[in-house]
Amino acid sequence: MTDQIITIDYGSGGKLTNQLIRSLFLKYFNNPILNKLHDGAVLPPTNHRIAFSTDSYTVSPIFFKGGNIGHLAINGTINDIAMCGAIPKYLSVSLIIEEGTSMQILEQITCSMAEAANKTGIQIVTGDTKVVNKGDVDGIFINTTGIGYIDSGVHIHPGRAQINDAIIINGPIGNHGISILSSRENLQLEESVLSDTAPLADLVQEMLSITKEIHVLRDPTRGGLATALNEIAQSSQVEIEIEEENIPIEETVKDACKILGYDPLYLANEGKLIAFLPEQFAEEVVQKMKTSRYGKQAATIGRVITQGRSEVSLKTDIGGRRIVGMLSGEQLPRIC
Amino acid sequence: MKYFDEYRDKRLCQSIIERIKELTTEEINIMEVCGTHTMSIFRSGIKDLLPENIHLISGPGCPVCVTPISDINHIIALARMDRAIIATFGDMINVPGSSSSLKREKADGADVRVIYSPLQALEIAQEFPQKQIILVGIGFETTIPLLASVVLEAKKKAITNFYLLSLTKLMPPIIRALLQSQEVTIDGMLCPGHVSTIIGTKPYQFIPDCYHIACVIAGFEPIDILIAIYHLILQKIKGEPQVENKYRRAVREEGNLVALNLITQIFSTVDSEWRGIGIVADSGLDLKSEYSDLNARNFIVKVETTKENNQCRCGDVLRGVVTPLQCPLFQKLCTPENPVGACMVSSEGVCAAYYKYSSV
Repeated sequence: MTDQIITIDYGSGGKLTNQLIRSLFLKYFNNPILNKLHDGAVLPPTNHRIAFSTDSYTVSPIFFKGGNIGHLAINGTINDIAMCGAIPKYLSVSLIIEEGTSMQILEQITCSMAEAANKTGIQIVTGDTKVVNKGDVDGIFINTTGIGYIDSGVHIHPGRAQINDAIIINGPIGNHGISILSSRENLQLEESVLSDTAPLADLVQEMLSITKEIHVLRDPTRGGLATALNEIAQSSQVEIEIEEENIPIEETVKDACKILGYDPLYLANEGKLIAFLPEQFAEEVVQKMKTSRYGKQAATIGRVITQGRSEVSLKTDIGGRRIVGMLSGEQLPRIC
Repeated sequence: MKYFDEYRDKRLCQSIIERIKELTTEEINIMEVCGTHTMSIFRSGIKDLLPENIHLISGPGCPVCVTPISDINHIIALARMDRAIIATFGDMINVPGSSSSLKREKADGADVRVIYSPLQALEIAQEFPQKQIILVGIGFETTIPLLASVVLEAKKKAITNFYLLSLTKLMPPIIRALLQSQEVTIDGMLCPGHVSTIIGTKPYQFIPDCYHIACVIAGFEPIDILIAIYHLILQKIKGEPQVENKYRRAVREEGNLVALNLITQIFSTVDSEWRGIGIVADSGLDLKSEYSDLNARNFIVKVETTKENNQCRCGDVLRGVVTPLQCPLFQKLCTPENPVGACMVSSEGVCAAYYKYSSV
């Protein structure tokens, strides 16, 4: 199977589609709900509130330093559910594949998706495969939709940020953005920067074990930390101040930004979260995060300073102050 | 990379600022003629830290901003040719021409590619031999040697489908033109570190000699800029203007001779149009006649007539005559999402810096 390529027939809904489902997807995603191969997944009843999220992944290149589109598609939706404070339970996976894609690549991506799902204990319970003409998509596009359960007492949403909330991040920003860029443009950086793609659901539950009083959670993906903070400032109508010297950024990412003229605050992340919670819990939550695999470099990076006005400002590392706006369009490389 | 961190030390910054405050309460105007300086000043919050009597004025040092609409229209016309691939630095795709932009042309089907290095244009040319690859060559002395080396490489490899549209500009002639116009009172000139790495310190000597204006070459970290400001004020107070090199870790008096030779080998000086300023004698470069087979100006294309929004004050902003806040379009009709003028488009543009970093 591994030396084959995906032809248009694999998306026909006929024999080859069936073969692909049985020999590849069931092999890796194997679980009692999916194995029934029903038109939809029948899920057991629950008394919990349900978080529900969908996202599509179109990253180029599909393999990059530190991950691939498969990890990203699973972790991304897990994180979107986790940012509601929910425990992720079920996922759907929908693949749109360019004809001519090698079966080996599809298998590698499928395997990564299964690994990523297993890490968090989420089940892939339904899916779809389409094959489109050469050139109609760039390799593979993946849509994932997820469902998670929210425990009682947890009320997290972007409109809940309050004055004196501390703002916490779980680690350094910008790695995913620079990793993708260096893979896409074949930039010869002194040291490679790995994508931070990671599932954050367990970390969120550990944070919630310290306090359920977390007001906002957000994963700063496209648009980066700056855009995520602006969205929260707008939703909650609060003024946020962050401190440049407290924001973790790896030296390699800093250097790449210097060379390219990029601002790390606007670079994409795929394994980061920011949390708004009452100041009195901040230190304990940060300490708890530091014991977790994906929170070792957790830090308090700022706080909510006023209510009623939406703005994000940055105390620069030399003691100045500037506004941090939303990302407008794409970041583009410097000229000189 | 520790090379940057020591130039961002908070205590040192604060002590330089204290010393600047002690120097004078006199009103002092300092112009930075480099977009990277402008962005560094805004990003670090330096404006916020300086005493109110020290005014930083941004000059025409952003290569995207100074490219006139007529040239943008020309690039768009080239992009519309059959078989053309436009290779350009990022910000250029957003700059509006009279009725379109490269981004719009791309959405309409033109092949426009953002490159990180001019050499990528040659790679594209080799990958698509049946296409005509046009490199949009904007930039100052910092970028010009790279463009020259790409031209040489194209010749060496006998690549026949690569063309350069040279819109490059030179820094000393525009500084002279600005000072000659006397539109703005300038007490000190913060000279560009990157450009100086190539041209050295001597080409700025006319600034103190002919105009009696202080002149300091500086790097781009906050301490570089603050030290330069300190010395500009000191020169002004002493009444002894000179060219001081405070970027010795990168700039030598004679500049980079290899790069300078490369420039003169490939390019010849021409009069050049600057947005909002007009034609400035000997302020641009075009390919020498022996490289005319690579010159994208030889394509015959229909270039749209130049139309400008007469309320847009990009030109006045570039000359330091007004700040972006004084432009009637700023933040209203003209935003990064819908830019009217280039100063709002470029990541090194003054209007973009005011828009992004100031609470106005």
